[in-house]
Amino acid sequence: MHIVDGALSAPVLVGGTLLAAAGIVRGARDLNLERIPSAGLLSAAFFVASLVHVPIGPSSVHLILNGLAGLVLGWISFPALFVGLLLQALFFGFGGLTVLGVNTLDIALPAVIVGLLCRPGVRSANAALAAFWGGIAGALAIALTALMVAAVLALSGDAFIPAAKLVVIAHVPVMLIEGLLCAAAVTLVRKVKPELFGMPADASAVGLRAAEVRS
Amino acid sequence: MGHCTDPAAPSLSGLEASRAGMGALRPLDPRTRILAAGCFALVVVGLDRLALLAAALLLALLLAVLARLPLRRTLKRVMAMDAFVLFMLILLPFTTPGTPLFTLGPVTATEEGLRWALDIALTANAVMLAVLALVGGLDAVTLGHALHRLRMPESIVQLLQFTVRYVEVVEREFGRMRTAMRARGFVPGNDLHTYRTLGYALGMLLVRSLERSERVLYAMKCRGFVGRFHVIVELRFGMPDALLALLLSVLLAVLVLVEIRLGSAH
Repeated sequence: MHIVDGALSAPVLVGGTLLAAAGIVRGARDLNLERIPSAGLLSAAFFVASLVHVPIGPSSVHLILNGLAGLVLGWISFPALFVGLLLQALFFGFGGLTVLGVNTLDIALPAVIVGLLCRPGVRSANAALAAFWGGIAGALAIALTALMVAAVLALSGDAFIPAAKLVVIAHVPVMLIEGLLCAAAVTLVRKVKPELFGMPADASAVGLRAAEVRS
Repeated sequence: MGHCTDPAAPSLSGLEASRAGMGALRPLDPRTRILAAGCFALVVVGLDRLALLAAALLLALLLAVLARLPLRRTLKRVMAMDAFVLFMLILLPFTTPGTPLFTLGPVTATEEGLRWALDIALTANAVMLAVLALVGGLDAVTLGHALHRLRMPESIVQLLQFTVRYVEVVEREFGRMRTAMRARGFVPGNDLHTYRTLGYALGMLLVRSLERSERVLYAMKCRGFVGRFHVIVELRFGMPDALLALLLSVLLAVLVLVEIRLGSAH
């Protein structure tokens, strides 16, 4: 969920912006010549994926996928998700300009936390266990994001507390769906391209690619 | 699976197409636009009086008219954002303590709450319109160039450029995958099968993006890329920029002064 301009108090805006800037700088340290193209393309992929609407009950929600982003990008989630939010704010007017830092923090910090927490599990030799950790990553990232959005609102004024509670409740189904999607995505990526999670390429996959090159 | 993507969702091809209409703001330097939008946002977020916020919204509307923003698309975007925050705004009058205004069953709306909700609505709409008018018409490459000149770290700017360059490519890739899924009879519903299939599709999208990025990197290295984009277009701060800077500074200063003079409304 994006917060718009004008809703948050000044200390929250400044604090959020500073923390987001720190995260972006930390993430930028991992960006070098070798990583920038892959980070850029993955950032584009997450941007496109966030436009996908998934049916849920009679309605539909759009995806955030910050858990998956954290698993794949680690600290680079900060600059990558910031770029996505910046493009949305500048070209589509989605989400505000002064809240860009807070919005980045709300989405990217859970991504980084989940990445650090769940990556070992996702790399596990056991495929079912890896899918389970993938599901945890997807669901936990949304839960943390919802809690942070709620906290940011509540810190800006007691009058926002009911709205903050609603934000958390509204994200419960999203949490479940992103967990399922993330588990499935992890299962597939491990089979096809384990390097995405920093795992060594599977021997059989290398064989396949060699065959592909020859043909 | 076309119905899985919201038709009202902004199309990424807009990043390129929005270049068309820039109206009277066309001659402005992109750096001027970014700084102007930033200053406008900061000042408007700081304003408290509803009358001043309304004036700011008028100013934003004027910018939108000058930039000849396409009416329908802009309205759609503004309404999408307003619908998004509507529930929060409707709650606010009832959750803010203060002078009772009217009672609706068990809950009472207060004057302060209503004022606050209006404050947020005016601020959000004014900033959004100003941003769309000033920056929304830029093409993304120029935006990256300008941000670089404004001292954004080069690696972040490059990340932005890569993202913008490949967003459409990835979008088309995903479109092809959706077509393939539809051709195989996939209909999204509320079941595990839908979520698993979509999850696989998203995973595949990441895999294909990473593999594309490997090819891109090899190709760039073959052409001698060493991590720097060379800029051959110079940006110029000219008369139109000075004019806008002056006008906007004066108007924003007036807003701030009136606000300080009359004291905060809260």
